[in-house]
Amino acid sequence: MSVMEGRTTSALLYLDGVHVSFDGFHAINNLSLTLEPGEMRAVIGPNGAGKTTMMDIITGKTKPDEGTVLFDGITDLTRLDETRIAELGIGRKFQKPTVFESQTIEDNLLLALNVDHSVKGTLFWRGNKAEAERIDRVLETIRLTDARSRLAGSLSHGQKQWLEIGMLLAQDPKLLLVDEPVAGMTDVETHQTAELLKEINKEKTVMVVEHDMTFVRELGVKVTCLHEGTVLAEGTIDQVSSNERVIEVYLGR
Amino acid sequence: MTPHVLTRSLDRSASIFILVVAGLGVLIPLSNLLLPAGSTLQVPTYLVALFGKYACYAILALSIDLIWGYCGILSLGHGAFFALGGYAMGMYLMRQIGSRGVYGNPILPDFMVFLNYPSLPWYWYGFDMFWFAALMVLLVPGLLAFCFGWLAFRSRVTGVYLSIITQAMTYALLLAFFRNDFGFGGNNGLTDFKDILGFNVQADGTRAALFALSCLTLILTFLICRAVVTSKLGKVLIAIRDAESRTRFLGYRVESYKLFVFTLSACMAGVAGALYVPQVGIINPSEFAPGNSIEAVIWVAVGGRGTLVGAALGAVVVNYAKTFFTSGPLAPYWLFMLGALFILVTLLLPKGIVGTFSAWRESRKATEKANAESAAREDGVGEPNPAE
Repeated sequence: MSVMEGRTTSALLYLDGVHVSFDGFHAINNLSLTLEPGEMRAVIGPNGAGKTTMMDIITGKTKPDEGTVLFDGITDLTRLDETRIAELGIGRKFQKPTVFESQTIEDNLLLALNVDHSVKGTLFWRGNKAEAERIDRVLETIRLTDARSRLAGSLSHGQKQWLEIGMLLAQDPKLLLVDEPVAGMTDVETHQTAELLKEINKEKTVMVVEHDMTFVRELGVKVTCLHEGTVLAEGTIDQVSSNERVIEVYLGR
Repeated sequence: MTPHVLTRSLDRSASIFILVVAGLGVLIPLSNLLLPAGSTLQVPTYLVALFGKYACYAILALSIDLIWGYCGILSLGHGAFFALGGYAMGMYLMRQIGSRGVYGNPILPDFMVFLNYPSLPWYWYGFDMFWFAALMVLLVPGLLAFCFGWLAFRSRVTGVYLSIITQAMTYALLLAFFRNDFGFGGNNGLTDFKDILGFNVQADGTRAALFALSCLTLILTFLICRAVVTSKLGKVLIAIRDAESRTRFLGYRVESYKLFVFTLSACMAGVAGALYVPQVGIINPSEFAPGNSIEAVIWVAVGGRGTLVGAALGAVVVNYAKTFFTSGPLAPYWLFMLGALFILVTLLLPKGIVGTFSAWRESRKATEKANAESAAREDGVGEPNPAE
């Protein structure tokens, strides 16, 4: 049991009894959720259910009022800032695609690579073959090889979403938090994104927040439904979508 | 840094800039010293000093462009670092006067005798040595910027709030330096300089040398800025400018990057101030005036922020206009013109002179390329276009 030493859970991500309120509004209310290593989880829930706030807590942008947030069973994420959490291996894709618009696609990926991020390291950085190959691989995965020297700002909305997923891949994190990856995508693109995420999930743990039920169904993974900052239901998509309370909050009955 | 790092990826505009500055740095002093006074090609000494001033302003503009144009830090207090560098140099020049002052005191500068200082304040020690003063020119602005930046960037003060506290910083220094008991000559500042490194500051030769040195420093500052912005660190700076929190989530310690460029930039501004003082012959608290710092930001905006060459060009163009207008009947209206210039540039040329020019050239190149491609298609070389 030496591997488990110091660990209280085998989960990669462990949230227990988390509370956050903004000016009296309880955004997250006694939220408990665990993600096993290698798992892919889809998180659904109506607007204001606390999905994005939950990601803010995991990535260090928001500090919870109380509760436990553990990464890898030992690291308390509530005590770390965004930079440190990113270095630990948690990558995040934002709801609104956020790429560096005035730089090329290649440079966006270069910036995302998990290499030396110190001031000195970047000032005296010289490109090397290994990094170039990694960028090439990511470009191929996200199908932007031909556009590599274009400015990221000139990409279509869907392509920006993919570039941001590509940046996550270049970051090579253990856990990917993906916020609404298919918003504004065509059906074909949505399908391709589902395939891409499934491919990524072969090596990494993924948490996807999404509204698009067709997409969630296509992922075919365990679903967690949030409502008013707490877990309402958990299970397969069929179980969750036939759950009375889920139907109630979604349809407002 | 190796020379390779300094000369990396010099594009055409950068090479032209260096050649022009180097050319002026050599030709103007030569013309001033070698040609007979009054001949048409001879540059009079007063112009040499004026151009030297412009070169110092250009260095200041580069330092502002480095943080504002590339990292989005709008400092409205950069004049403070310029003035601090100037004061450090001024203190050295004061100590060089020795017993030649009005009161003939071998140690105390005139204003200290006048204000009944019993002895030299401790913070004036060492300034009789040039190397020490030169070190302080870098260290004092650098240290202030480091402390200021450490507090501000760690607390994530950004945008307009940061601009306001930089204004407050330079204003606080202005008030402090105005005080007689602060030990820097109060209202009158430091002046009546006699010589620098043993050369008479008023002599034509010294002025020509100072001008050449200013041009050399301008080139060096430019190369350092360029090395920084073309490195991977430069890409990180732009990333911070465009999407700060995204950069954080990629695992970059944003505050360290900001602190690095802010401190580097303050040191550059300090050097500019140190070169400025012997050429204008005086440094007083008005250099800390908030208006000066804002004016310097306008130079960068006019020239084109985030272009380096534009910042230097903007400094020279705006200051030439200032010299031209304030020496004529339009003098009372200069500040209005400066304000109007800022508004017009913001509205009509948001990228500044250089930014607009390069955007125009790129669009022309793109059109030419498109034309060439369509011509090639018509010749049947390319793929047939079903739309035609």
